[in-house]
Amino acid sequence: MSSVTDVAPVPATRTPEGEPREPRKPRAGALLGLVAWLIGFLFVVPVLWMVLTSLHSEQDAATNPPSLGAPLTLDGYREFFGVGTGANPWPALLNSLTASVVSTVLVLVLAIPAAYALSIKPVRKWTDVMFFFLSTRMLPIVAGLLPIYLFAQWSGLLDNIWLLIVLYTSMNLPIAVWMMRSFLAEVPVEILEAASMDGAGLLRTLRQVVAPIVLPGIAATSLICFIFSWNELLLARTLTGTVAETAPVYLTGFVTSQGLFLAQVCAAAFVVSLPVLIAGFAAQDKLVQGLSLGAVK
Amino acid sequence: MSTTLEASRGRGQQPPTPPPPPPPSPPPSGALRRSADGARRAPLLPALVFTIIVTQVPFVVTLIVSFMNWNAYYPNERGFAGLGNYASVLTDVNMRHAILTTVILTVVVVLVSLLLGMAIALLLDRKFRGRGVVRTMMITPFLIVPVAAALLWKHALFNPEYGLLNGTLTAIWHLFGSNSPPQPDWITTAPLASVEIALIWQWTPFMMLILLAGLQSRPLDVIEAAHIDGASTWQVFRYMTFPHLRRYLELGGLLGSIYIVQNFDAVFTITSGGLGTANLPYVIYQTFYQAHDYGRASAAGVVVVIGTIAIATLALRTVSTLFQEENAR
Repeated sequence: MSSVTDVAPVPATRTPEGEPREPRKPRAGALLGLVAWLIGFLFVVPVLWMVLTSLHSEQDAATNPPSLGAPLTLDGYREFFGVGTGANPWPALLNSLTASVVSTVLVLVLAIPAAYALSIKPVRKWTDVMFFFLSTRMLPIVAGLLPIYLFAQWSGLLDNIWLLIVLYTSMNLPIAVWMMRSFLAEVPVEILEAASMDGAGLLRTLRQVVAPIVLPGIAATSLICFIFSWNELLLARTLTGTVAETAPVYLTGFVTSQGLFLAQVCAAAFVVSLPVLIAGFAAQDKLVQGLSLGAVK
Repeated sequence: MSTTLEASRGRGQQPPTPPPPPPPSPPPSGALRRSADGARRAPLLPALVFTIIVTQVPFVVTLIVSFMNWNAYYPNERGFAGLGNYASVLTDVNMRHAILTTVILTVVVVLVSLLLGMAIALLLDRKFRGRGVVRTMMITPFLIVPVAAALLWKHALFNPEYGLLNGTLTAIWHLFGSNSPPQPDWITTAPLASVEIALIWQWTPFMMLILLAGLQSRPLDVIEAAHIDGASTWQVFRYMTFPHLRRYLELGGLLGSIYIVQNFDAVFTITSGGLGTANLPYVIYQTFYQAHDYGRASAAGVVVVIGTIAIATLALRTVSTLFQEENAR
């Protein structure tokens, strides 16, 4: 897959047949590069500020003007994890992990066979099926919230992590089907057929032909489903309570100010975002494909 | 797509030549195909059945409840309400305000992040030192959990006493020897704009990524030919890049709208729906979760669905066009 990072490193000198517009105005080009750096920096400043503040003491975090060079401490993180505050974010973090990982596995179990039936051996009208999946992702969750809540109340599944797992699976299934289809479509069908005619075992075909193409796709799909599940708030907030609350729900406990707690808030925001940052950077090249529901490669 | 792209971009270096892709196999003939249909459908069914049950059934129930009088506080008054809930949704001041807020929030956030995203994508499409680093920096806001991002803006940036915005104002004013810097209370003064800024910060990277992918799928040889033929940069942008980008702009705008119409996290966290920022998802959440008026919440839900269907239909058409182009390649 193409990405800007793939193209780096930038060659310092251009070949004569290189892009003709840039060598003519190297100064304008350098200026635009500088502007890009500046804008990129502006966008990342809030995140850097969050990390820096999380490493300051509460007194240093709440100064005006900001104390950039204040001594660093892990007190914010200690408070977030309950030292001196009695808070315990671990159940919420573990619930988020369970909901995200288990739903991602379920998504893959359902999406890979479906994607197979939409690409390698396509059913009739397979594009209609694709667009049906996509349309379910576009309907607002909030409009189905009440029946889901009533069902959960009736069946005793309120505040049960499995309810979230099922809902997150359905939320991510369309994205996974679209992504996995586009990866499976790259498997050369002729080779599969030739291999089966030559009597090559199914396992060998899978390992030597299918896996190299499909495994990176499965990895990218998993990361993106993981991110969407980990981020979800509305369903978790409505359907869970003290037992099954997820990390975003735990974070809503910081909505109202509680005296000097800025370092702790920033530590909390960073800890909860860390898995998404890791997954997102790992899936960077495939991110756009997942976010555009597979429409853009 | 990517191989041709890199080959045409990395001019000068010799890219390893990839093996030519095999031609697409012709579909099997009709009779053969029909006989195999059952087996072909089997792997699809679990996902399809699961999706229908979990996503479609709740909407049908919502539709039914929206025509009912149903408030959990008054269980004995449950019954058929006709269009009563819709009438109250569309005449109630709060609900109408919520509809308006939803529209404003969505339009502002989508338009501004599209424009910013396009400017940044154009900048990042050029070669310059550290382009990969800048791209990574740009993506970072999108990788902060939405609630965490909203908390960050609310407490660490917008806070009037020690937030970074006012802190920076103080620092700048001090620099010029002044001790009375402006210290606006951002969220109180401009609540909706505060929510919008936080959302624009998170969604500009999304738009940028889609538009950058669009820019990088341009046929570069044609553009170079235009340059050699004497077309100005502006002419190339206006008559070649922009028409090519149009579908990607549409896609970004439509997908962005679909996500932001549904936004709950930022409104819930930054203003808790106060100060006139309550959008429809927040009001629906309140109506059913706190007021327990199930009938009205459902009617409002149906209103959101109707609004979304219009956007979603357009979005599906755009995806379909792009999808056919990708498949035709």
